[in-house]
Amino acid sequence: MSQVLVIDKVSFKYHEKTVLKDISFSTDPGEFVSIIGPNGCGKTTLIKIISKINTPEKGNIYINGKNIQTLSNKNLACHIAVVMQSSEPITMSVEEYVLLGRLPFFKKYQFFETATDIALAREYMALTGILKLAHAPINKISSGERQLAAIARALTQEPMLLILDEPTSHLDITHQIQILELISLLKKKLSLSVLIVLHDLNLAAEYSDRLVLLNGNNGTIYQTGTCEQVLSEKSIQDVYNASVLIRKNPVSKKPCVFLVSQNALNKKENPDL
Amino acid sequence: MKPNRIKRWSIILILLIALVILVSLLALCTGSAGISLEDIPHILFYGKGSSDYSILLGIRLPRIILGLSIGGALSLAGTLLQGMFKNPLVEPYTLGISGGASLGVCINIVFNIYGKIGIIAYPLSGFLGASIVIFLVYYLNNNTKDIKSNRMLLTGVMISYVASSLVMLLMAVSKTDDLQNIVLWIMGSLDESNTVLIKMAFFGSLAGLVGSYFFCFDLNALLLGEDEAANLGMNTTSTKKSLFVIASFLTGLSVSVAGIIMFAGLIVPHFMRMISGPDHRILLISSFLAGAAFLVLCDVIARVIISPLELPVGVITGIIGGIIFIWALSRKQVTL
Repeated sequence: MSQVLVIDKVSFKYHEKTVLKDISFSTDPGEFVSIIGPNGCGKTTLIKIISKINTPEKGNIYINGKNIQTLSNKNLACHIAVVMQSSEPITMSVEEYVLLGRLPFFKKYQFFETATDIALAREYMALTGILKLAHAPINKISSGERQLAAIARALTQEPMLLILDEPTSHLDITHQIQILELISLLKKKLSLSVLIVLHDLNLAAEYSDRLVLLNGNNGTIYQTGTCEQVLSEKSIQDVYNASVLIRKNPVSKKPCVFLVSQNALNKKENPDL
Repeated sequence: MKPNRIKRWSIILILLIALVILVSLLALCTGSAGISLEDIPHILFYGKGSSDYSILLGIRLPRIILGLSIGGALSLAGTLLQGMFKNPLVEPYTLGISGGASLGVCINIVFNIYGKIGIIAYPLSGFLGASIVIFLVYYLNNNTKDIKSNRMLLTGVMISYVASSLVMLLMAVSKTDDLQNIVLWIMGSLDESNTVLIKMAFFGSLAGLVGSYFFCFDLNALLLGEDEAANLGMNTTSTKKSLFVIASFLTGLSVSVAGIIMFAGLIVPHFMRMISGPDHRILLISSFLAGAAFLVLCDVIARVIISPLELPVGVITGIIGGIIFIWALSRKQVTL
């Protein structure tokens, strides 16, 4: 089975500071891979490199076996769809917004969407549960609904790889679960590869097939592997410089990260305090 | 394309075309010659050689065509710039493009370039001045990457001040004849008798509309931000450069032919965005038509308000535009 995305020894510098160094990993079709790591470790930068917004200093990225540098932006957008961290507030309707996902497929002198474009947009709006909001202005719906609309827009690009940059930030737990359940469903239903940046380690552990833990100290990958392999008290201590306890979720059997305050740690070490 | 959207867009276009026709007819029968609307067909078909015929076809019609062209061009330039910058305060004047065009035209007048290379020197110098400003604004802020950056807008405002000061410097050192030419031109007027310039403005503004229409989807994608637009397959760098060239061309053309006409590039795109929505497929055409109608209407007011004297049309667009804009801001938030 050919890999959808291959990242081969990618390095990136910003103002002479190494942000990413020798990053290599790949994703298989239908795989859910989460990129985790502390703030400023280069997660979003990596996504911008994959989507050709930033150019790597070294290394190559292949999508479906093709080097992305040989693909035009339009061609790349037919393979990869990206949901960015925060979208600009705009006044168009949800349907108009979702239809923007068909832009990479428009021919040079095409000024109107085809019936197929509209049918696809409606199909993905239905799949993400926002069809009833089709005519609502995008700046008047909740942030959770806006995130669903952004996913529907990305899906209308009919990508083989869906990339999401912190799609659950600023959302309550209901919407966090709703978004990640939806992405898991899409992964199965559409055989979609998913590459997602997540801050919440428990959400990453619960939904991901594999994790890529970036090390902010030197811009390298600290570890890749299954959630059980990557999430350990030592790895979190090394990368995040934070004390945690890792236990198994009694229901899903996935690792669960418990934060431990400094006060509790002090008490544990010295019960007389 | 959805049928209800086609219907809505068609209604908007029909109403705007009707408005353009109505305002043009009003302009055609307004003036000291006292030609009424009913007389116009008779004069046009049977009055060849009469003074009324000359007034209609030799003075008023060219002025209307020029008003429609300049109004459309300025409004279109404002729509393009606001769409690119995602900033409702951006227009050819705030970005300094008009200032650059003004300086170009003043240099042309003071150094008598038009005397050497002909009337083409006016639009050419305007376009060159506008292009130099755009180049400066763009490359002085190239490291910010984000076009939305307020730094770019502030650079434009500063360049505009510098250009205005240089225009004043040129006025201070110029000969009396040149000074009069500059002052009349700066006040902004549609009273242009040169048919070459009128034709140039007409076909140039239409070319600008057609050219910018090829970027309507890029402008739509840019509404989401530059990174999102790139993720939708857009080449943001080359698109921005092309749109800057079109906006400079439209502004340079307008300023060089009609002088400084304020607000058409700011308020018309705002209002059309409220009415037709943010989709540039309709917004570009509707802004062009509404800008055309707005400027011709302002010119009619400028001609009659202190009749028999005439005010510069730039004064009227400034007063009406400013008042309407403040009123609109107080009633409804203007967004992109």
